[in-house]
Amino acid sequence: MKLIIEENADKVAEFAARYVVTKINEATENGKYLVLGLPTGSTPLGMYKKLIEFYNAGVISFEKVKTFNMDEYVDLPRDHTESYHSFMFDNFFRHIDINPANIHILDGNTSDHEKECEEYERKIKESGGIDLFVGGIGPDGHIAFNEPGSSLASRTRIKTLNEDTIQANARFFGGDITKVPTQALTVGVQTVMDAREVMILITGSHKALALHQAIECGISHMCTVSAMQMHRCATFIADEDATLELKVKTVKYFKGLMNHHRSLVMF
Amino acid sequence: MLPRKLKIDSTELAEITNELVQFLNCLVLRSGGLKKEHIWVRNGRILDERTVFFEEKTMADVQIDCEGLILSPGFIDLQLNGGFGIDFSTYNSDDKEYQEGLALVAKQLLAHGVTSFSPTVITSSPETYHKILPLLKPSNASSEGAGNLGAHLEGPFISADKRGCHPEQLVITSLSPNPVEIIEHVYGSTENIAIVTMAPELEGAQEAIEYFVSTGTTVSVGHSSAKLGPGEMAVLSGAKMITHLFNAMQSYHHRDPGLIGLLTSSKLTPDHPLYYGIISDGIHTHDSALRIAYHTNSAGLVLVTDAIAALGMSDGVHKLGTQTIHVKGLEAKLDGTNTTAGSVASMPYCIRHLMKATGCPIEFALQSATHKPATLLGVSDEKGTLDVGRLADFVLIDKNVTVKATFCSGKRVFLAQD
Repeated sequence: MKLIIEENADKVAEFAARYVVTKINEATENGKYLVLGLPTGSTPLGMYKKLIEFYNAGVISFEKVKTFNMDEYVDLPRDHTESYHSFMFDNFFRHIDINPANIHILDGNTSDHEKECEEYERKIKESGGIDLFVGGIGPDGHIAFNEPGSSLASRTRIKTLNEDTIQANARFFGGDITKVPTQALTVGVQTVMDAREVMILITGSHKALALHQAIECGISHMCTVSAMQMHRCATFIADEDATLELKVKTVKYFKGLMNHHRSLVMF
Repeated sequence: MLPRKLKIDSTELAEITNELVQFLNCLVLRSGGLKKEHIWVRNGRILDERTVFFEEKTMADVQIDCEGLILSPGFIDLQLNGGFGIDFSTYNSDDKEYQEGLALVAKQLLAHGVTSFSPTVITSSPETYHKILPLLKPSNASSEGAGNLGAHLEGPFISADKRGCHPEQLVITSLSPNPVEIIEHVYGSTENIAIVTMAPELEGAQEAIEYFVSTGTTVSVGHSSAKLGPGEMAVLSGAKMITHLFNAMQSYHHRDPGLIGLLTSSKLTPDHPLYYGIISDGIHTHDSALRIAYHTNSAGLVLVTDAIAALGMSDGVHKLGTQTIHVKGLEAKLDGTNTTAGSVASMPYCIRHLMKATGCPIEFALQSATHKPATLLGVSDEKGTLDVGRLADFVLIDKNVTVKATFCSGKRVFLAQD
């Protein structure tokens, strides 16, 4: 795996966006679609902004891009400001030239959750699998909504959210905990593991312990992102704050590789 | 299939039918203000872009680059006496001539970004009303011209003292003993009437207001000598508007404010809101008076031009009903007097002047010529906003409110030549 340590969140976003651009251009040159797995949340926001800038500058087109989002709340109207459909539409999709027929977000308003999840896995397979899964992590090391205790072999499914997550989310729902969704549909850990490449974005000191557990401790379902240790091509991009819990030798080791990593996104 | 990318001057925009069109790179006026957004249109209606994206999962057939211009709902003028040499109060000899004049004005208004208007008729004889009113059937905007919202009948039930340019001999100063009978005798059918301006102090006025409201007509108080009391009674009876505030009414007095006092009346409630037309041409309303109105009751401010036949014409002598008007620059005076007639200012001019005189934001000025008049007339579920489902009647303007292009039902119906 790679750990790329950038100075701040803005640099993390820049690196991540450049990496996505590089992958899109490679796929386009090979006459192929690039299939992306996409997250929501404050951490990837910066990456989306950079990608929009690259699009507006004519550096990139999303014409040959397909997307699969990681998760979506259950029983939250699609057009609710906090739904992930809204997040992706407002912060990314409406600003670029992606064909809406090529985007996929789990439908949390379906009456048959199991079928919706099975269909989602089938569509990923039909698209040839995900080329690059971009993700963020929670302070407890969860990836998508695979919270502590989720099976590392899990697939796309409905998940009941834990109390901490619900309380943390209340601030997005007018501080009213009764309005916070209690369930979500989420891709599984194995679904992410099946991707050809995974890129995890981590910023802020509140994620430092999670990063430590993810890369310096053993693989554990109590920290689902630690499964990435077994991924054949995983990249973590962190800012300085997120490395505060890492051993000095770990940080020095990966910083020593930065020139090589930097060359991955030169254009 | 990828979208065809066009600019606003493309000839295709005048002929778009049922294609899915996305207007992008524009500042869209919505209730939250001016925001960089897109507008999606098909079959002449504004679509919900998320529904298009997530349900139809389709890309636009056509994308139109608006080059950073402001995209505002088309302007609405509730008081327009004519323009371009045509006077709505003049009926000469036949219906065809009148209809052609109306159509000419409607067509020319598109260049001013006006997509809806109320043809305004000043005090006239019953014979004239009976001939004109059937010809003023409401219509939607199209490439043929701005849409007709229905007639605005200013008079004849007005104060003789405050008639302004209205012909004295035709003014009717009482609606007693039978207001409904008198109205039907004078106007004929109320079917094509959108607004009636009347003086609330006349005998029988309150009953007349209730009658007009029951027929779906908006009542505006004006050309009046009324004190505040009758004005408040009018509002409680259902009147919703003051006609050209400050003009043709009693001046403000601290022991009886007259109709101007309605702006702060305790009788105003959500059930009885009040709008007022105001002419911000720099002539009819002093800038200081504009500021007084704006700071006293900004929610009720509605821009009207009260423009006459000379709108869009050069200086000279023009007709307004049976009256002769002399025009010089932006001033229009009744022949032989110093009485101000209607204005010769366009709606974009009035919007600009309101901003300059009051310092109000452009969003407020534009809303005062779009959403507010639409709400007042009860047509905001079709016009005056860019909300989903509405008619795609809009105008592209720059920050100086210069009209660059006008669209009706999604088709470009006017393009400014640079």
